[in-house]
Amino acid sequence: MAPVPFSVAAIRELFPALRQKVYGKQLIYFDNGATSQKPQLVLDTLQQYYALENANIHRGVHYLSQQATTAYEAARRTIQHYIGAKAPEEIIFTKGTTDSINLVAFSFGERLKPGDEILISAMEHHSNIVPWQLLCERKGCTLRVIPISKKGELDLNAFEELLSERTKLLAITHISNTLGTINPVKELIAKAHKVGAKVLLDGAQSIQHLTIDVQDLNCDFYTFSGHKVFGPTGIGVLYGKEAILDSMPPYQGGGDMIAKVTFERSTYNTLPLKFEAGTPHIAGAIGLGSAISFLQSIDMQAAAAHELELTKYAQGILDTFEGLHIIGEAKHKTSVVSFTIDDMHPFDIGTLLDKQGIAVRTGHHCTQPLMDFYQIPGTVRASFAFYNTKEEIDTFVAALERSMQILGA
Amino acid sequence: MTIQEKQQDIIDEFAIYDDWMDKYEYIIELGKSVPTLAPELKTKDRLIEGCQSNVWLATEIKDGKMQFSADSDAIITKGIIGLLIQVYNNESPAAILQSELFFINQIGLAEHLSPTRANGLLSMVKRMKTEALQSLAQ
Repeated sequence: MAPVPFSVAAIRELFPALRQKVYGKQLIYFDNGATSQKPQLVLDTLQQYYALENANIHRGVHYLSQQATTAYEAARRTIQHYIGAKAPEEIIFTKGTTDSINLVAFSFGERLKPGDEILISAMEHHSNIVPWQLLCERKGCTLRVIPISKKGELDLNAFEELLSERTKLLAITHISNTLGTINPVKELIAKAHKVGAKVLLDGAQSIQHLTIDVQDLNCDFYTFSGHKVFGPTGIGVLYGKEAILDSMPPYQGGGDMIAKVTFERSTYNTLPLKFEAGTPHIAGAIGLGSAISFLQSIDMQAAAAHELELTKYAQGILDTFEGLHIIGEAKHKTSVVSFTIDDMHPFDIGTLLDKQGIAVRTGHHCTQPLMDFYQIPGTVRASFAFYNTKEEIDTFVAALERSMQILGA
Repeated sequence: MTIQEKQQDIIDEFAIYDDWMDKYEYIIELGKSVPTLAPELKTKDRLIEGCQSNVWLATEIKDGKMQFSADSDAIITKGIIGLLIQVYNNESPAAILQSELFFINQIGLAEHLSPTRANGLLSMVKRMKTEALQSLAQ
């Protein structure tokens, strides 16, 4: 399917959630960093699956089971091609980014020894901090943290100093969910590989904004969640290089992941099923495949340009507000505008915006260490998707002005 | 006035607002009028951490009646605290324990007492009742 010319108006038509009113006001959805809305195509796929194709996969000889298996495996291949993986065996279906990272921490983490180091950054989501802390506790490893500047960019000199032959894994976010910073991951990956470390990219915030080519990036693992990329919740992906995944022990035991089971010992299935124990989220996987197909039908370069324009437009206006501070001013950033306002609590701003029909995220965004670094309790975060418009930003700005007036008066 | 009557008063007061923003403007004004808690009273044991905003609750008993004072870093949270204090202050521990808190739902602020712990208010109500229970036990 060749991409059609990018049109926000046409795209908005495909998202039923965007048409609704909340508190009597037209909904403006600026919380895309938390989750994205779903196009009708994905909703139809889920409906169609449960209505007509529902069966368990990889085992039934009957018609429906074969249909479901075919659709599930087709989704895997759609995702494989979309992120440029070499083989479908490299695409593991998980519950989401958090689950993918935990899988790597438990399975790949088995080979780590006391004294080994795991390197993360100061802008990580809790999901890319806590699994490594747990691993460090189990294995006696050390967690090292790459510092960042006030602008929200990685300190690359410090990164190089932290890298050593003790570094076994660099686990880093591709794009910060709080700051919007796009990290120079290709450079980081190359440098980490030089000391023999493997690299996991947390792609929860990048898959929906950037064109991902895992072979070009040369990352060893790439993780993302379906629900942030216009797909269903409860489904996500772990990409891993085949040789590495092959060398890793199973994460969870159960059906589908075995070759043969006896009470003495069991042998395991080959990739990718080795890591997909139990009946998977079949509908979710097929729905995610459908969401990715949807993205393939969009001119993603034009979509990304539109998102960047929205970000610049919003930042340009907000910059003129007295007492408003934008948090995260990296040179390369995606469509996230996080800010604080002097003497006003993010919770109050978020509550008043909500009552005017505007959904933003407030709080620490599951990045408490980052909030500590900026010495703030949290931020207000507007995160845009390609279906958002400048008119929505104008309405948001007016609503923000009104909120500030009420809070400040 | 009983706890029941005080709650009805608040419900009547809010009935004049049909616009959400007016309702919140009123809560914010109330929040601004609630006296701030002295810094020395903002201790760790009085802190109720919410996911987004924090609440501090100080309790005293005078002549068998509960006296609550509280503060929050968010003004809307503080406004709702003001309402809770209006309802519970100068009441006996027994009356507080027997009471049912219905005005929050009726004035459309149920989300602020939801178990998401966003603002710590639900935990604050629980702590008010716990303190009433403890004072009865003493």
